[in-house]
Amino acid sequence: MNMQSKWTQIAILVALIVILPVFFPSGYYYRVGALIFVNALSVVGLVILIGFAGQISLGHAGFAGIGAFSCALLPVHFGLHPAIAVLVGALLSALIAGMIGRPILRLQGYYLAVATLGFGVLMSMVLTNERELTGGPDGMRVADLGLREVLRDMGLKLSGGEFWYAMCGLVLVIGVWVALNLYNSPTGRAMRALHGSEVAARTVGIDVASKKLQAFVISAIYASVAGSLLALQNGFITPDVAGFMHSIEMVTMTVLGGVGSILGAILGAAILTLLPQVLTVFAEYEQLVLGAVMILVMIFLPRGLLPSIAAKLRGRGE
Amino acid sequence: MDGLMQFIFSGLTVGAVYALVALGFTIIYNASDVVNFSQGEFVMLGGMITVFTFEAGLPLPLAAVVAIAVTAGVGVALNKLAIEPARGAPVVSLIIITIGASILIRGASQLIFDKQLHRFPAFSGDEPLQVLGATILPQSLWVIGGALLVFVALWLFFTKTLTGKAVLATANNRLAAQLVGINTNYVMTLSFALSAAIGALAGVLVTPITLVGYDVGVGLALKGFAAAMLGGMGNPKGALVGGLLLGLCEALTAGFLSSQYKEAVAFVIILAVLFVMPQGLFGRKSTERV
Repeated sequence: MNMQSKWTQIAILVALIVILPVFFPSGYYYRVGALIFVNALSVVGLVILIGFAGQISLGHAGFAGIGAFSCALLPVHFGLHPAIAVLVGALLSALIAGMIGRPILRLQGYYLAVATLGFGVLMSMVLTNERELTGGPDGMRVADLGLREVLRDMGLKLSGGEFWYAMCGLVLVIGVWVALNLYNSPTGRAMRALHGSEVAARTVGIDVASKKLQAFVISAIYASVAGSLLALQNGFITPDVAGFMHSIEMVTMTVLGGVGSILGAILGAAILTLLPQVLTVFAEYEQLVLGAVMILVMIFLPRGLLPSIAAKLRGRGE
Repeated sequence: MDGLMQFIFSGLTVGAVYALVALGFTIIYNASDVVNFSQGEFVMLGGMITVFTFEAGLPLPLAAVVAIAVTAGVGVALNKLAIEPARGAPVVSLIIITIGASILIRGASQLIFDKQLHRFPAFSGDEPLQVLGATILPQSLWVIGGALLVFVALWLFFTKTLTGKAVLATANNRLAAQLVGINTNYVMTLSFALSAAIGALAGVLVTPITLVGYDVGVGLALKGFAAAMLGGMGNPKGALVGGLLLGLCEALTAGFLSSQYKEAVAFVIILAVLFVMPQGLFGRKSTERV
């Protein structure tokens, strides 16, 4: 996937978001669409971390948890508006990512994996165990954003599904735009350089540690905002959002679609979000199929779905 | 400090299981540079298959042997079908493949077996023994003894036998090993079989105490992975020490601080160790090749 065609990619994304509802047989599909956009948002963050900077994280659901529970807790305890809570959550995630990022990102490969995994597990444990604050495994209610009512008063009547479809779609487009800008910026190029070789990047004067940290913090903000949107649109949240399986899901979506490609990552998010919906009839086989898909894609399309398919098409065209 | 001995015993028992899982991680990592996240599923398979063959009428020792053999077969299949075709893939892809395998094995066992918790009778009865003012289940001694035995056997295998040295040589440098005539594919197969068998053995030993269900593997894989990293990936001694240390920390935290946060302490310790010693307790320092 060619990253230079920034506006083409954004145009494709916007066109898809606008046109797809035409084919929706029922309002339920708006909900599924919104869920895909939320997942895609955190996955775009991981593309920056894994695809640009070449660092892995098995604990990013921890940041989604921070974002989600900021939205749930801050309005109740401090009377903040949920929209402000999203920002505070993102700021909190960025701060925490900045603090733990420096020591963690000195680690490499599997050591980095276990350290980030440790962070994620700790986060989900705190959210599960602090029953009095978070409701424990049963979860807690999340206040309404209130924007839909404002729009209705202005004469724009949207169903819950339609509103969140538009809202999450908009945030996703902004997220993609930021990521694409980053890709070609000096910072983005430095990140990609250190992905290629840290030693080589250091020799040409790149501050490797701080670029890694930037990628980590930025991806944490993406995950946090995605967590907040998830909490707000469901009106309810459980600590599962911060769980190990959610982290794995996020990384799988990222790699499935194509780790270096933003549109690919969105495709990965769409497929893995739709899979359980399609398989509800065969609920018993869900894990079996998911596991098989993960293995087969990694073996036969090691670069991910979109880049592998694009390479094949290009090869045939020439 | 009345409970201290008691907590140490339970910590050593759990720690021995973590150590066995960590040893399994170590063997595969050494042979192939892959961290096999489905290691916990081997423990689950060991327990589950023993339960179902035992209930089908096989005597317990035979059921255990069948379980270990079948699980070793699953390990070999995993290598042939999922790991070998992806040779040379980046770390992230390999992590996803083995996690995919773990989800696949879990999904399959849920269909083949069931979603209930199971156990079979302890090997030497359930009468607790009095030791140093605390009680210990005979089965705990089986678990701890089993872990130590496996460790000694592995140590002998790697230092005294030609095959063991071939595995170490492959771990060091695959190409060089091939050049001196080592069949590295055979070494890979052997490592996966061995690692799966050790995992299954852990499952057989611990099921009478902790019970087994189709979903016990994830937690064990995380703990075993953490234990292996704590000791320094690829080092059998590190795996043993890391596993026991992790088990002890958990038990002591549960006993003296908070049972809710016992697992948290394990991960806090791991983070702390990695911050100070990025290669784990016994790991070697490595440098990036340009």
